[in-house]
Amino acid sequence: MTTDTRPTAPVETSPEGLSHTEIRRRRHPRQAALTVFTWILAIGFFFPVLWMVLTAFKQESDAATNPPTFVFTPTLQQFRDVFDAGIATPLLNSVFATVVSTILVLLLGVPAAFALSLRPVRKTRDALFFFISTKMLPIVAAIIPLYVIVGEIGMLDNIWTLVILYTAMNLPIAVWMMRSFFLEVPGELLEAASIDGASLWTSVREVILPLVSPGIAATALICVIFSWNEFFFAVNMTAVNAQTMPVFLTGFMSGQGLYWAQLSAASVLAALPVVICGWIAQNKLVRGLSFGAIK
Amino acid sequence: MATAAPPRAPEEPAGQEPLTSSRDHISRAEGWRRRGPLLPALIFMIVVTQVPFLFTLYYSTQSWNLVRPDSRSFVGLDNYVAVFRDNQFWRVTANTVLLIVGTVLVSIVLGLLFALLLDRKFLGRGVVRTLLITPFLVTPVAAALLWKTSLLSPTNGLVNWALGPFGVEIDWLSEFPLMSVMAELVWQWTPFMMLLILAGLQSMPRDVQEAARVDGATSFRLFRELTLPHLRRFIELGAVLGAIYLVNTFDAVYMMTSGGPGVSSSNLSYYIYQRAFLGFDIGQAAAMGVVTVIGTIVVASLALRLIFKSFTGTEEPA
Repeated sequence: MTTDTRPTAPVETSPEGLSHTEIRRRRHPRQAALTVFTWILAIGFFFPVLWMVLTAFKQESDAATNPPTFVFTPTLQQFRDVFDAGIATPLLNSVFATVVSTILVLLLGVPAAFALSLRPVRKTRDALFFFISTKMLPIVAAIIPLYVIVGEIGMLDNIWTLVILYTAMNLPIAVWMMRSFFLEVPGELLEAASIDGASLWTSVREVILPLVSPGIAATALICVIFSWNEFFFAVNMTAVNAQTMPVFLTGFMSGQGLYWAQLSAASVLAALPVVICGWIAQNKLVRGLSFGAIK
Repeated sequence: MATAAPPRAPEEPAGQEPLTSSRDHISRAEGWRRRGPLLPALIFMIVVTQVPFLFTLYYSTQSWNLVRPDSRSFVGLDNYVAVFRDNQFWRVTANTVLLIVGTVLVSIVLGLLFALLLDRKFLGRGVVRTLLITPFLVTPVAAALLWKTSLLSPTNGLVNWALGPFGVEIDWLSEFPLMSVMAELVWQWTPFMMLLILAGLQSMPRDVQEAARVDGATSFRLFRELTLPHLRRFIELGAVLGAIYLVNTFDAVYMMTSGGPGVSSSNLSYYIYQRAFLGFDIGQAAAMGVVTVIGTIVVASLALRLIFKSFTGTEEPA
């Protein structure tokens, strides 16, 4: 992990004839400078997010000024206004679509991943290929028939439509990610359990599931992030009743830049849940995004 | 690929469901039992993702405008001909490629820089990492609005304020619309590349590096001859995955520029959306969708090869 795993023997010297402790001391200012540089870069990169949060606590008169206002009296007025603007419905819709689709993804995806890893079926490779290839096709190629079909069965502006679509959107990621966790379970464990006479279900429940539960949690968090942030389906398939948070945010766009503080407050509320999920899942984020290819 | 079950010990008690020792001779019932958990997911995915695409193929042969529902008729490949003759379509295709390639390249370079900086022990490393991944997590619609208003606004934006002392006063979104969208996407996707490359750096064998350093290799040589070759697989994977996710870019274009002025910052997702939902031309939009899919198959197959390679254990960079 760290670069500081140097041999401890003090007799070892570098080509210039300096001992390692000396090198370390010489490097120290450089290391400190590098740390400061890293911090500046990180804060700069993060700054827009910080600015969004700050603006959310401003009065509208302080929100869009030139030069920007850095010192102000914080207010919760914008959050109150956002709640008055009817954030409750989209918030509940987003929670519903996210939670239900994530549960569905896990119910469908975990068994599928199990079938494709620990007790592989015939044509495992083909099935895996199929799942992942659905993620490679641009969504825009399916949106037109989806819109027409959903319209014909009267499901436009219905939150269940988004539940189904988000389940399909996240299922391939979940199957591949969960498979990578199942593959880490030693195969002998299942063997041993079945030799002990445990039924398949018992051994799965008592041996396998506890082992992969961190993987299930990480998979769920990644599904939550993707469904919560999804916009393309939401904006095309919903209107008023099934509107989700990202669609709700677009409503602030028409305000000709007069309501930046309110917009920021709404944005903060929209982004907060996923930012927290992502922070929690940050160690497993790469694994999910790379379909389990990178640990 | 499939891991064969190890031969069973002879003293294994024969249960009601005799499992044969070899995978090739799995009984039919056992085969179904194993397939059982897979089927719901498989069927669900086929119905939700493949059926619509078949409809897209079918619609693409129809002359069908939602405004005139009665005018629907079979026109063969006419829609495709019209698409290929549509100059705007080619402009938008070029935009899409530019947007993807530009975003992927810049975010890989930045991501590499961030990853290298994070791949050492220093005070607050965890906090810095958390700060750096946050832009990736922020809801894309919110991020796009933030860029459009607080950062790039010509009158009150932070960017113009910061560059003001240098005499810069630019209406970014109307003068450089595609670049503005790209900047926002780079901001959102750099953390993704950083995490991927960081995973690569941390999987590097440290002893080799140490040995090379003791042998007197300079940091730059070390980076070029050891680190970069090792990272190659991770960077390749980042590039193809980034491309696959970025083909679907819609939020940023929709929120920041609405594809304009004209189609100068429109990408395929946005243009097809416009054609279908604002122009109601289902037939042509479907044909464009099909063309887009064909275009992405090349990238997709490359991505699939890389991902499968990662799993089948050929770890060595070619």
